[in-house]
Amino acid sequence: MTPRASMVWMRNARVWMRHVTASLIGNLGQPFLFLLAMGYGLGGHIPPIKGLTYLQFIAPGLVTSAVMYSAAFEATYGSYTRLTTQHTFEAILMTPVSVGDLTIGEVVWGATKGLVSGLIMLMVMPFFGVWPSPWALALIPILFLEGVFFSALGLITTAVADNYDFFNYFTSLLITPLFLFSGIFFPVDSLNPVTRAVVLSLPLTHVVTLSRKLCYGDITDGWVPSLLIVVVSSVITTWISAVLLRRRLIK
Amino acid sequence: MPYGIDKAPGKSARIVEISGLTKFFGERMAVGGIDLFIDQGECLALLGPNGAGKTTTIHMLLGLVHPSGGVINIFDEPMVERLPEIKMRIGVAPQMDNLDPDLSVLENLLTYASYFGIRRRLARQRADELLDFFALGDWAKDIIEHLSGGLRRRLLIARAFINSPELLILDEPTIGLDPQARHLIWERLDELRAKGATMLLTSHYMEEVSRLATRVMIMDKGKVIAGGDPANMVKEMVGRDVFEIRGDRQELDGVERILSSCKADFDRRADRLYVFTKGPCPELEALAAEHRHVTRRPANLEDLFLKLTGGVLKEE
Repeated sequence: MTPRASMVWMRNARVWMRHVTASLIGNLGQPFLFLLAMGYGLGGHIPPIKGLTYLQFIAPGLVTSAVMYSAAFEATYGSYTRLTTQHTFEAILMTPVSVGDLTIGEVVWGATKGLVSGLIMLMVMPFFGVWPSPWALALIPILFLEGVFFSALGLITTAVADNYDFFNYFTSLLITPLFLFSGIFFPVDSLNPVTRAVVLSLPLTHVVTLSRKLCYGDITDGWVPSLLIVVVSSVITTWISAVLLRRRLIK
Repeated sequence: MPYGIDKAPGKSARIVEISGLTKFFGERMAVGGIDLFIDQGECLALLGPNGAGKTTTIHMLLGLVHPSGGVINIFDEPMVERLPEIKMRIGVAPQMDNLDPDLSVLENLLTYASYFGIRRRLARQRADELLDFFALGDWAKDIIEHLSGGLRRRLLIARAFINSPELLILDEPTIGLDPQARHLIWERLDELRAKGATMLLTSHYMEEVSRLATRVMIMDKGKVIAGGDPANMVKEMVGRDVFEIRGDRQELDGVERILSSCKADFDRRADRLYVFTKGPCPELEALAAEHRHVTRRPANLEDLFLKLTGGVLKEE
């Protein structure tokens, strides 16, 4: 991150600190409720999957969904407010901060919020009787990368949005399907080959896979391609978001 | 020097030089090939009706709008290649309020300082000086959302000084303010200008321009249509005095006939006749002395502005 990008990050952090409680409850409420309802409620009626109770099975996935929701919402509703109603981006661009610095600052900020949500989920797992392995520490950079990906995806949407309603497309057509079909709630390999191929093309699926492996210390194989996909998709989406944001801001 | 104004170092006194600057938004020409310069210590005012291209010009100076053509040099450097370095030395008070509404007055200044890479301690020191100078000290800890329009404007201008700019750009600095607030800002800007600050100003308040500007350029429909020293321009292009005579049509016809030998321009509007004198006119002096429907005042920039940008005034 460039020094000027980190100043954009700092600005957002400063504002966030003013509303930190409301923001965290907003971001964490949903994954918590899912953990309770699905893990405890539904989980009691479901046989173990690959040696894991249903609660154990979905908990690592819900960590990744917390990251996704926090990062994506920050980079859409949050960034869009700074772009339009508050004219914050315009104010920043009157200083030596460039559109590139601004994009990186915004993307990393969204990713940071995502990571914070993910870490909180990870830390409360033991309260639900789910104990992550020490390998879960290796999950931290992966969750951050996931945050970068969804934050950049949100910023891309922000750069082309005309109003807040536009984000309904983003949520309904992208985020919610990813949440439901990325292997958080059921094992991907049990699907028929065609559906499985589709699900494996979804970026969140790979983060869910990695999260489950690392949470339970299963580092045998199959993590390299998943990690590569996460890295490459984060870099590409960040680059696209910078191009689109420049087009939006510099006329 | 307090209040953060640095005099530009180096040999050249030319701060801004623009030639052939053009901008098209699709088919619409916003700026049509303007040339402009600002020397150190000058306050150049860009005047023009809404949509004349003033703000677009400023945005091109700041790299917020890509020019369709033309060259911009600031501090003797090409703007396109050296944008961040150049912006380190410019302070901007934008037309639109873009303060951070969730942050306090002081935090707004400190946050803005951080974008320039100003160290925390120096930023704090400058912020305190600026709060003091713009009489904002009592509100330092207040959140922007709770401030009045006048206070926000003052902060917006104070913020432009946080990096001790060598060029200050003020885009309608007192728009929408009550007279008290406006006068306070004028006093402060006057003081800074007297200390040698270089400024580019746009405004609709002719009083503001007369007070602050050392030179004006009048823009209309993307072109510069006149420029120079404001007092000289008024004298040459409008006249020395303006007489405003009220009366019905016949009366005014009669007055115009009496005054036909005078060196003056006339403009008729509803029940009023405006006479812009370019030299002594004894008939008019006599008329003014005996007629109570005649008021006399010195010609001002507003007369010039209206005349050039096609207001109610037309050349006789």
